[in-house]
Amino acid sequence: MKAVLAIIRRDMTLAVRQGGGAGTAIGFFLIVVSLLPLGIGPDLNLLTRIAPGALWVALLLAVLLSAERIFQPDYEDGSLEVLLASPVPLEIVALAKALAHWLTTGLPLTLALPFLGILLNIDIADIGPIMLAALLGTPALSLIAAFGTALTMGVRRGGLLVSLLVLPLYVPALIFGVVLSSGAMRSGPGYAPPALILAAITLGAVVLAPIGAAAAIRAHMK
Amino acid sequence: MKLSARDIGCVRGERRIFAGVSFALASGEGLLLTGANGTGKTSLLRMMAGFLEVAGGTIELTGGSPDLTIAQQAHFVGHLDAVKPGLSVAENIEFWSRLLGATRGIDETLSHFGLSGHADVPAGLLSAGQKRRLALSRLVLVPRPLWLLDEPAVSLDKQSQKRLAAVMSAHLAQGGMVVAATHSALGLRLAHELRLGARKARP
Repeated sequence: MKAVLAIIRRDMTLAVRQGGGAGTAIGFFLIVVSLLPLGIGPDLNLLTRIAPGALWVALLLAVLLSAERIFQPDYEDGSLEVLLASPVPLEIVALAKALAHWLTTGLPLTLALPFLGILLNIDIADIGPIMLAALLGTPALSLIAAFGTALTMGVRRGGLLVSLLVLPLYVPALIFGVVLSSGAMRSGPGYAPPALILAAITLGAVVLAPIGAAAAIRAHMK
Repeated sequence: MKLSARDIGCVRGERRIFAGVSFALASGEGLLLTGANGTGKTSLLRMMAGFLEVAGGTIELTGGSPDLTIAQQAHFVGHLDAVKPGLSVAENIEFWSRLLGATRGIDETLSHFGLSGHADVPAGLLSAGQKRRLALSRLVLVPRPLWLLDEPAVSLDKQSQKRLAAVMSAHLAQGGMVVAATHSALGLRLAHELRLGARKARP
């Protein structure tokens, strides 16, 4: 347990110190979101309608932007071999690294959402569901990103390849995240169905992504 | 405790690097790997740690903990120092200490390779030799029976080479095992030597 906490703490410290951490992700998110109204012109109703989708796509890209730092630096500087020599199973190492990534990317982005939502003229009543959707969905994004970067570890400048591999896997989280965020559920079935499905996606990713990431790393070490 | 390899081979890409290599190493013994560039010294060390697939044959560590992999009972110090430039020297050691379960203190470990005065320096500012000393500090930080060292003395100054030799002899005297691949003199005699590439490798 002490070793797992050490991995999480180290990854978070490095993320904060070396950039690519919370600040960069939020900055990227802010720029994409503030470019959008400039791009579509002064139609407030249109903006409100597409805001949840736009926020989610920006969220996916912001998470993906920093995904490479999950495994790539450790692979390049030999730290991965030290991690393999630790008593911690590789699956738990992958889970800890994904968690550290979420704490420095997904969580700050979620907290920034209300302010960015205002930029997109989102109804105040929709802010709560949007934050809930991000809180439930972003852990899955970090976990799937960890799996994708583990697969492309040996590829230099593999960022584009990671996007190709990972973005299709983001589709379920995107769909239910937008459904929960869009306020379409306020009347009718309520917020529970999409929220539960998002939670299920994240729980599934908690189980499967570390196993996949560990298998990818082991295959790479052959 | 005993490390033994029977008839192992190494294939990288489509090329056979070596074949039919066997050795046995008992507690308190060292093995020196020598051979020209590209004869598979690093590959053999990585195979011992389980970081590379063995092409035929087996590598076994007997007498250790059956639940642990060889890597979990060994220190592998390779060409890459595994030093995080964004952390200070002491933070790097502290991380390894928590990750690997150290028994020795951080200050004591730093003094072994003369890094005591550099505890708060960001590791990114260290010279190549200092980074190597930091990487080698893992050896004294956490006791592990098997040391797998790939060119451990590279970029070390004379004094640090002597310290490394002293640390290695102390480890062997306590019943540890050392496998070191090197071109330069280590400053101590190891019980066995394996010359790779002595025969011409067949395609």
